[in-house]
Amino acid sequence: MRRIKPVIKVIPVIRSATINLSEKTIDKTIKASSFLEEVANFILFILRTFKETFSRKFEFREFFRQCFQIGYKSLPLISITGAIMGLVLTIQSRPILVTFGAVTLLPSMVAISLIREIGPVITALICAGKIGSGIGAELGSMKVTEQIDAMEVSSTNPMRFLVVTRVLATTLMLPLLVLYADAWGILGSWIAINIKGDVSFVLFSSQAFGYLKFIDFLPAVVKTFFFGAVIGLVGSYKGYTAGRGTESVGIAANSAVVLASLLVIIVDMIAVQITDMLI
Amino acid sequence: MTEVKNTEAIIEIGNLRKSFGNLEVLKDVSLKLFNGENLVVLGKSGSGKSVLIKCIVRLLSPNEGTIKVLGKDVKKLDRNDLAEIRQKIGFLFQSGALYDSMDVKQNLEFPLIRIRKKLTQKQRNEKIEEVLENVGLLDAINKMPSELSGGMRKRISLARTLIIDPMIMLYDEPTTGLDPVTSDEISLLINDVKKKYKTSSLIITHDIECARATADRLIMLHDGAVYKEGKIDEFEKSTDTLIKSFFK
Ligand SMILES: Nc1ncnc2c1ncn2[C@@H]1O[C@H](COP(=O)(O)OP(=O)(O)O)[C@@H](O)[C@H]1O
Ligand SMILES: [Mg+2]
Repeated sequence: MRRIKPVIKVIPVIRSATINLSEKTIDKTIKASSFLEEVANFILFILRTFKETFSRKFEFREFFRQCFQIGYKSLPLISITGAIMGLVLTIQSRPILVTFGAVTLLPSMVAISLIREIGPVITALICAGKIGSGIGAELGSMKVTEQIDAMEVSSTNPMRFLVVTRVLATTLMLPLLVLYADAWGILGSWIAINIKGDVSFVLFSSQAFGYLKFIDFLPAVVKTFFFGAVIGLVGSYKGYTAGRGTESVGIAANSAVVLASLLVIIVDMIAVQITDMLI
Repeated sequence: MTEVKNTEAIIEIGNLRKSFGNLEVLKDVSLKLFNGENLVVLGKSGSGKSVLIKCIVRLLSPNEGTIKVLGKDVKKLDRNDLAEIRQKIGFLFQSGALYDSMDVKQNLEFPLIRIRKKLTQKQRNEKIEEVLENVGLLDAINKMPSELSGGMRKRISLARTLIIDPMIMLYDEPTTGLDPVTSDEISLLINDVKKKYKTSSLIITHDIECARATADRLIMLHDGAVYKEGKIDEFEKSTDTLIKSFFK
């Protein structure tokens, strides 16, 4: 396997420096340089994945298998969280709207916050936990047990077979999962409203979607593609670059979840800023 | 298939050096694998045996030195030539490296589909049955790797490497982690493979019983270099303490 070369080589320079640096300074510099090294490696990994995605041979079978694994198998979890999101959001927002005498706005307020923000972010975070850790652990254990090496000597490019298929599958499946979660959220909201009143689903949905514009929808869908890509890339990167002992499988899975969740939030912030500027 | 004379070296390693950061694993290793022989490479755990054979198929790149396989310098091969050389080499990984998500049949099909592209499904199935029969595990064809015992996993991975009719076999600790009876069976299988497939093999091990059963010639690695080279009885008779500690 071609290893991704670290770009920054500060440590030997520091060690052989003639200036007297304190232990603390050296320690801090090593930490900073290994952080930068990690960032550089991740960027190189993304570039390589990108390059392999557009190469001639594409592993269709593995791609469809991954779509099934990542998309279909997440449906129960996503349904439950989606419905509860809508339910809870409605119950929590009702008192304040009652105070302002605007209870009729409740369905559309819930729909807008679900579709614009809460649906995508919560679903992405749940998927970072379920899918990100799954990919990290699977690729990590394949690395540790030499399955990736075995693939490489069987004339198969493991980046193409394992990484590209998973990253594409998460990128395409996450938007679908988010829409699916939104739908359950709306349903949950309708149930919550019916706890305290009696609103038909037709009336509810005309209220809910009355204020919703296409422009609420589009940025929310676009950013979910990026969330999906982030989850797939981070999971694959952590798994693919796992260390050599069995304990590194756990580390890979864990750090995949942490980093993917963090990046999802950061990407969301950037997306919101961009949307805000454009509209 | 390439014709090779008996006296020719199939694999020729010269002054190989490989380090990871500050850790110098291989300092200066030179060896030759001749046509049709079983060469056993002995060395204690962590002496860089796996690193050595991974360099041969360029899963790792050495820092210095030359590796020639079938007369070609592995370092200088482009992607296609490297793939061609790799197709002539069967690599039995230390952990077996069966693909967890696939059953035995899919595991065996994997290299076949990708390397012998022209075969029909029927020919593929015949080939799969043939290799499974050779390792004595025809009835495991629909099992998942997780359902197999350690010895069975080793046999299936051996079958997976044999399915592309390799000229050269690289065995990474084929008997490690197995009970003595299963180890002996694997050693016999290695000799069978040599006869049936006419392979030249590099067998990496620290298991003396396996070495006794399979070796035509031995090389002992110590401290990143070749410590001794010779026939098995030269090792058995040796008075050197390091060698003696292996041949207790
Ligand atoms: N990819 C790698 N990165 C860093 N160190 C490695 C790598 N592969 C092997 N090593 C180190 O090289 C040494 C020899 O490893 P190895 O060849 O697996 O030993 P063995 O002789 O038991 O097969 C060990 O100390 C190991 O930690
Ligand atoms: Mg080893």
